[in-house]
Amino acid sequence: MFAKSSLLAAGLAIGLSALMPSTAAEAHRRWLLPSSTVLAGEAEIVSVDAAASNALFVFEHRAMGLDDLTVTGPDGQAVTPDIIGSGAYRSVFDVPLKEQGTYRIALVNSGMMGSYELNGERHRWRGKRADLESGIPAGATNVRVSEMAGRTETFVTLGAPNDTALAATGQGLEMIPVTHPNDLVTGEAARMQFLADGAPAAGLELEFVAGGTRYRDDPGIRKLTTDAQGMVSLQVEEPGMYYLEASTSSDGGPAADEDGAMASEGAAPAKRMSYTAVLEFMPL
Amino acid sequence: MRKHLLMAVPAAAASAATPVYASDMQVQLEIPRLRVAEYHKPYVAVWIENEAGKTVATLDAWYQTDAKGEDGRKWLPDLRTWWRRAGRAASMPANGISGPTQAPGRYSMQFKEGTRPLPNLTAGAYTLRVEAAREVGGREMVSIPFQWPPRTAMSGSAAGTKELGAVRLTIKP
Repeated sequence: MFAKSSLLAAGLAIGLSALMPSTAAEAHRRWLLPSSTVLAGEAEIVSVDAAASNALFVFEHRAMGLDDLTVTGPDGQAVTPDIIGSGAYRSVFDVPLKEQGTYRIALVNSGMMGSYELNGERHRWRGKRADLESGIPAGATNVRVSEMAGRTETFVTLGAPNDTALAATGQGLEMIPVTHPNDLVTGEAARMQFLADGAPAAGLELEFVAGGTRYRDDPGIRKLTTDAQGMVSLQVEEPGMYYLEASTSSDGGPAADEDGAMASEGAAPAKRMSYTAVLEFMPL
Repeated sequence: MRKHLLMAVPAAAASAATPVYASDMQVQLEIPRLRVAEYHKPYVAVWIENEAGKTVATLDAWYQTDAKGEDGRKWLPDLRTWWRRAGRAASMPANGISGPTQAPGRYSMQFKEGTRPLPNLTAGAYTLRVEAAREVGGREMVSIPFQWPPRTAMSGSAAGTKELGAVRLTIKP
């Protein structure tokens, strides 16, 4: 488990990874698991578990914080979730579905983090991009900053599906469903497009895993890669809840010059983007 | 709610003794009697798909329409094939289509082309589908392919193994 190489890697990256927030630092899978994805009636409630874990979909590691929870309704407007709370291993919230159509339920975060030296001491900093200038004091040296954007999401539909909530935001890594995410069935290929900051994410590597890992020997990780348009096909033979994960990182340009002054505009900092989704495939 | 005729066929009237109706389409189906600890009458959907798999008509949808208690529409997606292909785009209750769930027994439904809920169908190959889903129980679907319009009286049948008994389609010019 704790190979030397990972210790070395950890040492090299200490300035950044040691202070990465929930989204990026941990290899654990992050997911939002809805009680149902296909619902009917005038109005309904869907209950959602939010957790980070190894096994799918078992809450055995850590509850996901809900500060960054965003629910988009069928009309594109925000829907207020009813937060139940967090236990050791999972957070729980209800989403009232009062309008017919598709809801996008997501934990979305973005920001910058980094470290610098001042008077011989190493300091860490985390904040919004706009606060970068003021957050790192004059005279700081060896400034290292990186930007991160994370999205963990799932989709539910009351009645007939619609596409309004699925529109791209242009921020971070996103999945734009070509096949509706609540119209997935066994034996039929579902097409999804991935975007990185609004542009097609070509050659993006994805991991696609069926739930129920606790009850099988094979981890069942399928590696998929998007094509030049960022498109990928998802096809399964067994119905159930599936987990999809992707991440990218770029080195970016220098964040600061020798003297510690911030780099000029246009020098993009290192950026890490991550995406995870839970998708339900129904039996046909 | 239901304009077409739904008849409970007496157990004595076996399918061979089915009365003849002056109708374009007759669907007979059987809800089997099951010995289970908790029995709920099944939700049932009867619909027609064209060759492309597109639903051209929902003929019947039985669900818990009782206004007391929870909204019975909550469980309509358990008829998962019908829900995906027709139900989710429809508004329930639907005049002339939806009705309450039925107890175990044999049922016969008559439909006349051009009269709700059976629209005029263009000539071609179709499939009759009957799907049943039972609360705390199973789900089953049977299919009967047919050609429309029929040149002579034709019939086709299929049988479920768990949630549905014999299903018979009879069509006449």
